[in-house]
Amino acid sequence: MSDIYVKNEKSYKAKKITFNILTYLFLIAIAIAILIPFYWMLLTSMKSDELMRRIPPLLWLNPKEWQLSNYYRLFELVASGPRRGEPLFPFFTYMRNTVVISIITTTGTMITTVLAAFAFARLNFKGRDIVFAILIGTMMIPGEIFILTNFLTINRMGWYDIMDQSYMDVIFAMTLPFMTSVFYIFYLRQTFKQIPNELYYAAKVDGTTDFQYLLKIMIPIALPTIITITILNSMGAWNAYIWPAMITTKDEFRLVSNGLRGAFTDTGTGRTDYGQQMASSTLVTLPLLILFFTFRKQIMRGVSRSGIKG
Amino acid sequence: METKNNLKAWFYLAPMLILMAVFTFYPLINAFIISFYKDYLPLANNGVGSITGYTLNNYAVIFKNQLFWRAILNTFVLAFVSVPVSIMVSLFISVSLKAIPKLKGFFQTVFFLPYVTNAIAVGMAFAVLFHKDYGLFNVVLRLFGITPIDWIGGTASWWAQMSALMVFTIWSSLAFKILVFTSGLENIDKQYYDAARIDSASKWTIFKRITVPLLSPLILYISITSLIGALKAYNSVIGLFGERLGGQPYRMITIVAFVYKYRADFAFQGFYSYAASAAIILFFITLIFSVLQTVVSRKRVHY
Repeated sequence: MSDIYVKNEKSYKAKKITFNILTYLFLIAIAIAILIPFYWMLLTSMKSDELMRRIPPLLWLNPKEWQLSNYYRLFELVASGPRRGEPLFPFFTYMRNTVVISIITTTGTMITTVLAAFAFARLNFKGRDIVFAILIGTMMIPGEIFILTNFLTINRMGWYDIMDQSYMDVIFAMTLPFMTSVFYIFYLRQTFKQIPNELYYAAKVDGTTDFQYLLKIMIPIALPTIITITILNSMGAWNAYIWPAMITTKDEFRLVSNGLRGAFTDTGTGRTDYGQQMASSTLVTLPLLILFFTFRKQIMRGVSRSGIKG
Repeated sequence: METKNNLKAWFYLAPMLILMAVFTFYPLINAFIISFYKDYLPLANNGVGSITGYTLNNYAVIFKNQLFWRAILNTFVLAFVSVPVSIMVSLFISVSLKAIPKLKGFFQTVFFLPYVTNAIAVGMAFAVLFHKDYGLFNVVLRLFGITPIDWIGGTASWWAQMSALMVFTIWSSLAFKILVFTSGLENIDKQYYDAARIDSASKWTIFKRITVPLLSPLILYISITSLIGALKAYNSVIGLFGERLGGQPYRMITIVAFVYKYRADFAFQGFYSYAASAAIILFFITLIFSVLQTVVSRKRVHY
């Protein structure tokens, strides 16, 4: 009797171990699939022209064969054409623009979001639920529908000036339409609502105004959420592609995504320099990955929150 | 019990409401109006725009446009294949993650990486991966004795290009779903699994009878939002195929790309209205799914 029991236990254990091994193998396979594009990007960016042309391609480079000439060449100045005297891929210009736009948009978004979330979470007013429902309703609308008119609005404001667009014009055009976010209002409102009412009444008795209460009590308590929102929002400018392409008239005003595509294809021959292309992709990807590894917890918490709405 | 704060509340909401009014609500209404303009030239008369009347013809024009139907076809195939596949794969991954005792955090971090990348930059990396001569995919195919395929170049078939786009789309959309499903799984009461273990139910039975049903509201919600997201595919196509939108120009055009193509031609009479009409159609397509989502989730998907 006990013999059978032990046998079962053993087979159960064996089964469990096999199952665990299979699970790990499956996860490792997926992890490799996820990492391959990054690997290929880096590998291609470090191949010399000669190694690049090998068919079939090399799957692995000796550290001795690594070379950064593709990266150096991105910063070489263009000898002729409309972009004469500029770097082939003006990474630092694009980076500066992206960071500037990102900071301004995020600051603006934070101000409008905190104020609105406070009103929805804390204040009682007529029409609150209707306004909130309408706002939530806009989240499902494809943004492409707004872009058509927003472009015209920007033009009417004089910010899309084909003859003489200034950096200020670009800043207004790129940031203003994105200075509010319904989802972040929704997210922050949830956090604000968890702050006990008693705190509010106690503060009221002490003669604290609503605004002071928001600044001194609510914002510090909700700081983790606010930081998460700030990080998520500031990553947005990295992925912005169509809007900056649409409303800038000069190359020097564009953001990182815009410079990438097409920059390394010779318009005459149609041939693409994949080494340089992947070097620039690596440069654009790197800051995002650094940001991610620095704020991994906040980013993942914020994103997982956006999946469990309602 | 609290005093009414009507005026004060609107004061707090004002910055957001003004921005929303200018950049969300007005553009929404205006897009409808633009789609009915006749011979619209948006930048004429110093940006005031000029029209010669109102018409329903813009919709008729795009319905007769082959490129529009190609955009619809591409977008729908992409959305209705990539979303179910990525949901199933990410569910399996999430369940596997839950089952392993160690390295969970490591795997979670790796799986999340695609989320924090630039779609254009990674799209270009995929373009090299799929390159006929320099790509890894054809190296793998060669191992199985298959002759190299042109996935994304000038001689690539529609099927090859769609497969490449599909792989890239699924790759980039897994991260979000895995994260959401993993946190969804953590919220399932352990009791269900304990009960199942006592009944010595198999892993597959547990997955089918407990995990999926209990997660069904979340799965539905993610399905619909991902579907809406996939119907708006654009950056991924630009990243993979470049501004020509395919090995052959416009072969892989999507609805959003169609909107932007006609928007960019604003100097041609009426083209802006074609862009608006296509955007309105996209709006109604996504609206159908949003309504579907509300209706179905009211009926409770549980069990």
